[in-house]
Amino acid sequence: MIEQSQSVADREQDANEEPGGGMPPFDAPASPVFASRASIATEVGRATDAERAARATLRRQIAKLEQELSGLLADRFPFLAAPPAIAAAPLGAASGPRLPGLGELEAVRDALAARLQELRTRAAQRGEHERRAQELLERMRLEPGRYRYYRVPVRDLGGTGCGVYEVRPRHGLIGMLAGWWELTLSSGCPLGKGSR
Amino acid sequence: MTGPAPAEPAVGWQAPEVELELPGLQMLYTEVEVRRARSLTGGSPPDVEARLRGLSNRVRGAHAIGIRREPIPAAYRVFFRQVGIDPDLQRTPIEAAVVERMLKGGFLTGGMLDDILLISLLDTGVPVWALDAAGVEGPLGIRTSREGELLGRSADPPLLPDGRLVVADAGGALAVLFGERAPGHEPRARTARVTLYAVVVPGVPALYAEEALWASASALLAD
Repeated sequence: MIEQSQSVADREQDANEEPGGGMPPFDAPASPVFASRASIATEVGRATDAERAARATLRRQIAKLEQELSGLLADRFPFLAAPPAIAAAPLGAASGPRLPGLGELEAVRDALAARLQELRTRAAQRGEHERRAQELLERMRLEPGRYRYYRVPVRDLGGTGCGVYEVRPRHGLIGMLAGWWELTLSSGCPLGKGSR
Repeated sequence: MTGPAPAEPAVGWQAPEVELELPGLQMLYTEVEVRRARSLTGGSPPDVEARLRGLSNRVRGAHAIGIRREPIPAAYRVFFRQVGIDPDLQRTPIEAAVVERMLKGGFLTGGMLDDILLISLLDTGVPVWALDAAGVEGPLGIRTSREGELLGRSADPPLLPDGRLVVADAGGALAVLFGERAPGHEPRARTARVTLYAVVVPGVPALYAEEALWASASALLAD
């Protein structure tokens, strides 16, 4: 085993030596020119690695933003429409799959972040609108007499369909004269061809 | 559908610059002998048509928006962004299929091979593409296009922009990743052997791509 290790070490030593013998290995600091070249190469390598790491970080950020954006849109559908597409450039040479550089990835990340911010604002506004509609509906339910003929569409409450909550007199004219008011929910969307 | 079992898919190679920049990206491919007696571009057999009808009934309106948060379609959306494609301009394959379903009222048949690939896409979320195996030289892989490189080896191939991610073999680029295939390399009506390939992006288990390839290959192998 010891002999085998020794022979491997000898082979490595032989490989490092020039055929003519006597010359040091390339990366040995035998001359200042070699030393500076080696250090430049190392610096370039470090810069490349750092850039690659930065691109990987940007890709992770893009993934997170995209997932948040998709989640928000899917949650709030159909009340929150997707904003216009990010890429301003038309489909063509610049729009295919490639390995984007740092600047391009940053631009995508920033555009996604801005888009997400805009959607969050709109989602918050929509949420506030629904909360106010829900409060009004609750008041209409508790005191229908005070909210005569008030209407709250189901869509304002975050639901889908064409239903509308409305405070109406019970039994028509009799209820109107007697002060009998109630909260009703309409039956839904009108038929495409009318009732007949 | 009955027929021999398809071969295990092979893992495609990747150029070093792609491997370093996009870890987790993988290509799987397999070569299949077409056993169906029908034309690949002609009408689908009843079993494939019935499956397509069933899928049309399963996919509904809200699904078109909700699909983007499902893990596999979401992974492709994210990857599109990471390689410079806006998925709201150029939809991911699964989203494009679902939107087409909404617009046309159903998954309409586009020829037997296209139908088979669409079914596997809808079942797994992983897109599968087909090439005429006779035009493929050696193993497939992913790399970036070189300056002045042409897409395919036909008489009048289109010019590829420099740095485009492409699916390539030993002879050159055969398709843009997630995009157009080289003219003359698409399977034709009577193509005897096809090469099916799937692109696995980070976040998608390779099992899904294997399943997509297996389903497509099995459908082509069925008598």
